[in-house]
Amino acid sequence: MGITLLDFEKPIYEIEKRIKELSELIDEHPELKEELEALTKRAELIKKRVYSSLSRWQKVQLARHPDRPHAIDYITGMTDDFIELHGDRLYGDDPSIIAGLAKIEGIKVVIIGQEKGRDVHEKVYRNFGMPHPEGYRKAKRVMKLGERFNLPVVSIVDTPGAYPGIGAEERGQAMAIAENLEFMLGLKTPIVVAVIGEGGSGGALAIAVGDVVLAMEYSIYSVISPEGCAAILWRDGKLAPKAAEALKLTAKDLYELGVIDEIVPEPLGGAHRDHATAINNLKTAILKHLRNLMKLDKNELLKRRHEKYRKIGYFKEE
Amino acid sequence: MHSLNLPLKQISKISEIFFVPNGLQCLTPKLRNGYNKRMLPFFRRRSKPTLPDIERERKGPPEGLWFKCDGCGEMLYRSQLEKNLWVCPHCGHHFRIGAGKYKEILLDNKEFDEEIAPNLTSLDPLGFPDYKAKIEKSMRKTGLKEAAIAGVGRIGNRKIVLFITDFGFIGGSMGSVVGEKFYRAARKAIELKVPMIAVTASGGGARMHEGIISLMQMVKTSLGVLEMKEAGIPYIVVLTHPTMGGVMASFASLGDVLIAEPKALLGFAGPRVIRDTIKQELPEGFQRSEFLLEHGMVDMVLNRKELKDTIIRILDILEGN
Repeated sequence: MGITLLDFEKPIYEIEKRIKELSELIDEHPELKEELEALTKRAELIKKRVYSSLSRWQKVQLARHPDRPHAIDYITGMTDDFIELHGDRLYGDDPSIIAGLAKIEGIKVVIIGQEKGRDVHEKVYRNFGMPHPEGYRKAKRVMKLGERFNLPVVSIVDTPGAYPGIGAEERGQAMAIAENLEFMLGLKTPIVVAVIGEGGSGGALAIAVGDVVLAMEYSIYSVISPEGCAAILWRDGKLAPKAAEALKLTAKDLYELGVIDEIVPEPLGGAHRDHATAINNLKTAILKHLRNLMKLDKNELLKRRHEKYRKIGYFKEE
Repeated sequence: MHSLNLPLKQISKISEIFFVPNGLQCLTPKLRNGYNKRMLPFFRRRSKPTLPDIERERKGPPEGLWFKCDGCGEMLYRSQLEKNLWVCPHCGHHFRIGAGKYKEILLDNKEFDEEIAPNLTSLDPLGFPDYKAKIEKSMRKTGLKEAAIAGVGRIGNRKIVLFITDFGFIGGSMGSVVGEKFYRAARKAIELKVPMIAVTASGGGARMHEGIISLMQMVKTSLGVLEMKEAGIPYIVVLTHPTMGGVMASFASLGDVLIAEPKALLGFAGPRVIRDTIKQELPEGFQRSEFLLEHGMVDMVLNRKELKDTIIRILDILEGN
């Protein structure tokens, strides 16, 4: 897999390359040890500086980073014995949403995830993670299965948005999303949602109603893409960085706005630099919340879920 | 004139007969209509009434005593149209009307007996560029405080809760106020044990200017619907032109009965977004009410004049069992 470097990652990459070169020489030239240590320290410093002052647009780029762990990586990494289930029993099977049964540290769950695909071939197969109605209906069917057998739901969100196409509209994209919202609000089993990359508007929301909504540190979640927003506001998609600032779409913003419940830390430099740590961090967070939620009585669970969404909104009343 | 040899029914565009650069898109709509009318009365008769382009269409009922129908180009007299509930008597084109007009059309007294949350107004949670100015402008233009009104009223002497969005107010988009107002309207219907009717018009759906908070209103309104369903409250939706995006993908699609006005644009993604994504022209009538009816997504397509009676008949059967 080739490395994709974002602009602001380049100085870090350079210095890391140098560290690697030096450490290969260290056996023959022990006198380099001091320099290596200094360099390592410097690398940490640069990383910390770069990643603590990222603009929203830079975070958008990280959230979409092609090397970031995908739903499939999280599912494989977090669960034992994943059994994939296919099809919505109405029309077809949508590969942009993966659904199935699994165990996370012994806790039996149903798991749903939006998968963008890694190589060109797979991206096309997964439709770049943009679901059709049958994807949402498959998710709904599998969640219902979870409810019947008392299994909590883990839902992994990573999509540019619901697919805007002729077939998707013909088969009721809007209806499929709306029905999932209502359905997930009423689902009598715990739901933990994790936004791992891009939360693209209604296309994300359709599997993202939950008791706990987590977001990875460099993930985004927005009502519209920065490009789309810029095109509408200023008739220029190139002003996306400005739109990203306006939309307040980073995990930190979402937490401050009360839309997500917890930010899951990523390894320094972002999840794409260390898949294992990112996956483990998310797993830990999911487990913690699953254990808490599973203790709740079903009525209490729904009451809390409803209260949470009832509260979201900013208005005044004179 | 090679085109004279073509069979008539194959000629659908003027550009096929005369050379006009870029079809007629180079002309303004006004010129285009004039061109049609003066130059080609013979062919014009054959052309179907065109579907209004959402971008160029007027935002509310036209002003002035006389004006041209957006659908067929006939000259219409204002008072005649008003009596006809803003439906063109020639081609059946449904002019876009505001929330206040739907209230007059549907309610027995043309007015709410009690308005629900009339004083809710928007804040600017994100500090979004120009949002406050936009709200103030919309307030002045429409005389409304937000993009939806709601209240308790009577239809066929039956008490109901009525919720209506107004396209004139930032495209009928849903921010915190619309979400909250819908939810409170639903609660009111539950409290009074009366049916709820929602009339929708929303260009973009969730309001961009409130970012993720708007998106969450889709969940809040869906919660309102869920609570109504659990309480056995009938919920009827009237979808009007246009209802798109986050509004269509939440409470607008969740009615027990879905009624659409003719030729309303209804769907999730906007036609332009779809065209840009798939890089091909969209089929005729795509995402219009009749298309949704054909694909099983709405229960019926009704002329505005039939709305009230039909709603009364539906409620008569659903209610009080």
